[in-house]
Amino acid sequence: MKKILIIEDEAALQKTIGDVLKQEKYRIVSAMDGEAGVKAAQAEKPDLILLDLVLPKMHGFEVLKTLKADEATKDIAIIVLTNLESMGDIEKALEMGATTYLVKASYTLEEVVQKIKKTLGE
Amino acid sequence: MAFKEILAQLNFRAYCRKYNMSLWQCPQFLFLLMGTVIMISAVVTYFLGTRYVADPQVVSLIVLALTAILLIITFSVTNTLEGLAEANRLKTEFVNVVSHQLRAPISNLKWALEFILSGRCGDVNSQFNEYVQIIKDNTDRMRELVESLLMVSRIEQGRLPTHKIEFSLEEVVKKAMANFESKAKSAKVKVGLEILPEPLPLVLADPSQITVVVNNLLDNAIRYAKEGGNVKVIVKPKDQRYLLFSVEDDGVGIPQGDQQHIFQKFFRSGNALRQQTFGSGLGLYVAKSIIGNSKGKIGFVSEENKGSTFWFTIPIKV
Repeated sequence: MKKILIIEDEAALQKTIGDVLKQEKYRIVSAMDGEAGVKAAQAEKPDLILLDLVLPKMHGFEVLKTLKADEATKDIAIIVLTNLESMGDIEKALEMGATTYLVKASYTLEEVVQKIKKTLGE
Repeated sequence: MAFKEILAQLNFRAYCRKYNMSLWQCPQFLFLLMGTVIMISAVVTYFLGTRYVADPQVVSLIVLALTAILLIITFSVTNTLEGLAEANRLKTEFVNVVSHQLRAPISNLKWALEFILSGRCGDVNSQFNEYVQIIKDNTDRMRELVESLLMVSRIEQGRLPTHKIEFSLEEVVKKAMANFESKAKSAKVKVGLEILPEPLPLVLADPSQITVVVNNLLDNAIRYAKEGGNVKVIVKPKDQRYLLFSVEDDGVGIPQGDQQHIFQKFFRSGNALRQQTFGSGLGLYVAKSIIGNSKGKIGFVSEENKGSTFWFTIPIKV
């Protein structure tokens, strides 16, 4: 069973995405802030990380930078899932090593699930 | 300008009340006062100059006094204009902050409702589903309004992205048409697409912004088409430098008198309001700003009760 880490400070979104991914037979690990997210990624070594950008304690870009600089986590696929939509943010995230960048307002829940499956090669 | 409009502008009390300002803060009144003082000054100076030719100090002092009055009025006008500019900036900032703050809960709500409607919660009775669908439809309306307001605040702050990439306009149009399929079906409107020739050359712009324009124009065409009517979308080269997108409907059309205002913010034509009470009047304003920012052109031809054709051009990638 593949493991997905959701780093997201919105509890409602954590629950919705978490529930839908559990139904798709993934194991879910959650973190509500950037620092906890980095620790969870290092401890759990998930197959994929869903990363929000506006996070308490550590910004999503900082999380991305930390995980990509760490030998143990640098190969984990990271999907940025945020409401920030400037071209600058998108380019920055992709340059820093994010696999995909999704703007929450532009995608349905099913489309997000499909993107996750595609990223995991399913 | 019609005589009636000039008379209406001279009614300062009504004019200033409309903007919630006192007479002494109202630019229209202050400008007229300033003009009157300038004219009186010129006459008085001439009169005194000819009468007290032997005593230039008196003339100088009076001119000085009139100049001081002018200075005070000018200062007051400048202050008022500064206040107006600041109020406008604060309004744009307010819209921006509120829209951003609304975006997150609306996304949460949208996904939670999609979760229920997808059947992932197990069997729910059909009446429950109907109500959830109502909440979902209204959440979508809120989301569309928030997105439009965010776009308007970006336009007003001059923050529309200038980053351009090459992409396929026909793909954007096909995707938009697929998204509008159910809306067209429920409105009993037939939507046709013609792409000449296929494949078309790539264009250079921001695809997410052009998607907004295509969505807005398609949405209007379906919304204002007659029941059982037709909407025809055409994408083709205009010349060697531009692609042309057009969407034609056989709907209510735009009355001649409203056509000059159609790209104004919040403007909604009278017959459009009769046909559809929904709508913010922001779609065409946003579309025009985006196309202008993309170095293209936008326009329309329309006849009341016969229909409208809206079009835009966009530069081909060289």
